[in-house]
Amino acid sequence: MPLQLNALDTAMLNGDFGPAAASAMAILAAFSEAIGAPSLLDISRAHVDGCLYHGQASLDFVGRLAAQGGRVRVPTTLNVGSLDLIHPELIRLDSAQQAPRRRLMQAHEELGCVPSFTCAPYQTLFRPSFGEQIAWGESNAIVFANSAIGARTNRYGDFIDLCCAMTGRAPAWGLHLSENRRGRILFRIAGLKDSRAATDGLYVAVGLLIGAQAGEMIPVIEGLPPPRDEDQLKALGAAAASAGAVGLFHAVGITPEAPNLAEAFHGKAPEATVAIGPGDIAQALRQLSNAPDGAPVAAICLGTPHFSRREWERFLPLLRDFAPRAGVPIYVNTGRVTLAALEAEGLLDGANEYGLVAVADTCTYVTAILGRLDGVVMTNSGKWAHYAPGNIGVRVAFGEIEDCLASAAAGRVTRVSSW
Amino acid sequence: MVRTGRFFVEGAAEGIALVLAAPLSFWGGVAVESGEIIDRSHPDCGQNVAGRILVMAGGRGSSSSSSVLAETIRRGVAPAAIVLGRPDPILTVGALVARELYGLVCPIVVCAIDGVASGDRIRIEAVGADIAALHIGNPFSPPCGEKVARSAG
Repeated sequence: MPLQLNALDTAMLNGDFGPAAASAMAILAAFSEAIGAPSLLDISRAHVDGCLYHGQASLDFVGRLAAQGGRVRVPTTLNVGSLDLIHPELIRLDSAQQAPRRRLMQAHEELGCVPSFTCAPYQTLFRPSFGEQIAWGESNAIVFANSAIGARTNRYGDFIDLCCAMTGRAPAWGLHLSENRRGRILFRIAGLKDSRAATDGLYVAVGLLIGAQAGEMIPVIEGLPPPRDEDQLKALGAAAASAGAVGLFHAVGITPEAPNLAEAFHGKAPEATVAIGPGDIAQALRQLSNAPDGAPVAAICLGTPHFSRREWERFLPLLRDFAPRAGVPIYVNTGRVTLAALEAEGLLDGANEYGLVAVADTCTYVTAILGRLDGVVMTNSGKWAHYAPGNIGVRVAFGEIEDCLASAAAGRVTRVSSW
Repeated sequence: MVRTGRFFVEGAAEGIALVLAAPLSFWGGVAVESGEIIDRSHPDCGQNVAGRILVMAGGRGSSSSSSVLAETIRRGVAPAAIVLGRPDPILTVGALVARELYGLVCPIVVCAIDGVASGDRIRIEAVGADIAALHIGNPFSPPCGEKVARSAG
């Protein structure tokens, strides 16, 4: 059945809202037709993952919309870019390499996007609410919005997220529709020791396991210990979206669309059931590290996805307790608004003595920031550990945040946490 | 052999098939300068997609593949066409954007891909709204009665 456009869509397509909106609608309509969506629906906000520079085509697309005087039609946040505009001295690219990357970020602002430059837009004032129809790019943001908040977005990406923002419309398809949010595969966690329950690593491991095994099916997790805070769900979702194509998970008794097993599966039976035990958790975490304990550490990388205010408040006292002085830089990625508030309140005063390097607007695995790539980099992020070896060619050790800080203090991979 | 498929991005193309053993993510998988497959974990690493009729079961991985496909089209090192076993919105968007920006067309067709082998000559043409006909022939014989010389351009 062909795509049905309403009067507004058709007017936009015909240029009544200017050439930029017409172009965006033409691409959105062709995309929607291609995936078999019957119609479009209204969205209330967008998050655009278009600021990472992949070549001239990235810039040509946004630059043309901006030159045509285009404006986004809904509140639109921006994902990380390839530069840290707050700390330009951190970026190890020459000015010729920086120019198109900076232009790409600026062109998005000219379209009326909010210069948030964060992969965690759910930590900003632009956080959606339950049931809201949105069009988000960035895999961790998508899975967080759908799962932890119960907002509704498909896994939008390059170009099409901006076309949704420019038109205020998205295809009526996939995770926008209630019937497609039904759980289909059950992951049953059992046999955990109490000491394991509170660790961040558990949530990363569960994310990796469901990401690797859910395939196209929406995973439902039973037996997940109640998280300390939403940052642990953030870590779970980011790991799941790195290891697989997960855009939505349900955790029974924890996430809003899964008060119980029956509701998570919309009253139907799971199509498959997978048991997760302590051995699976330990193996998943072991596979994230490709460097042995005791190896010299070149850097610590935290904040993938971007550190929340709450994570900073947990991290800073630990930093002062461990007081590392081995000269190992501790990079922490975070949103520029979160960082500005911490600095204004003086909470970061003196932290650079321990090697803290706050990074805003980007992430340490997508651009040239790290001073040394020859040693092991330690991280508490499943997503960073998954992508960094391929992106920037480093060896990685994964650990709890306490392990990262102990390693920074010792100058070598050191483990102090229970697992 | 003639097979019917559905166009996700319409256009005519002709070339030699490169049938991949596994789905390929263009982001992290294809060099935008050359079209070479650079994902070391991919079974067809080292092959080159430029100018070929790329045949695979589906797309895979990051949505940044849209940008990478568009960039390879801009640089003239994209496949002549992409034939998929199942629809892939990420590759579809990349090809649509390149068509919109540069007027360059990399057709995308979804059809059954069993029985197609690397080295087969494939000619793709539109035979109706969204309907593609794929003429699939042995590389050493003219496909479906056409003259081989036709493919030179």
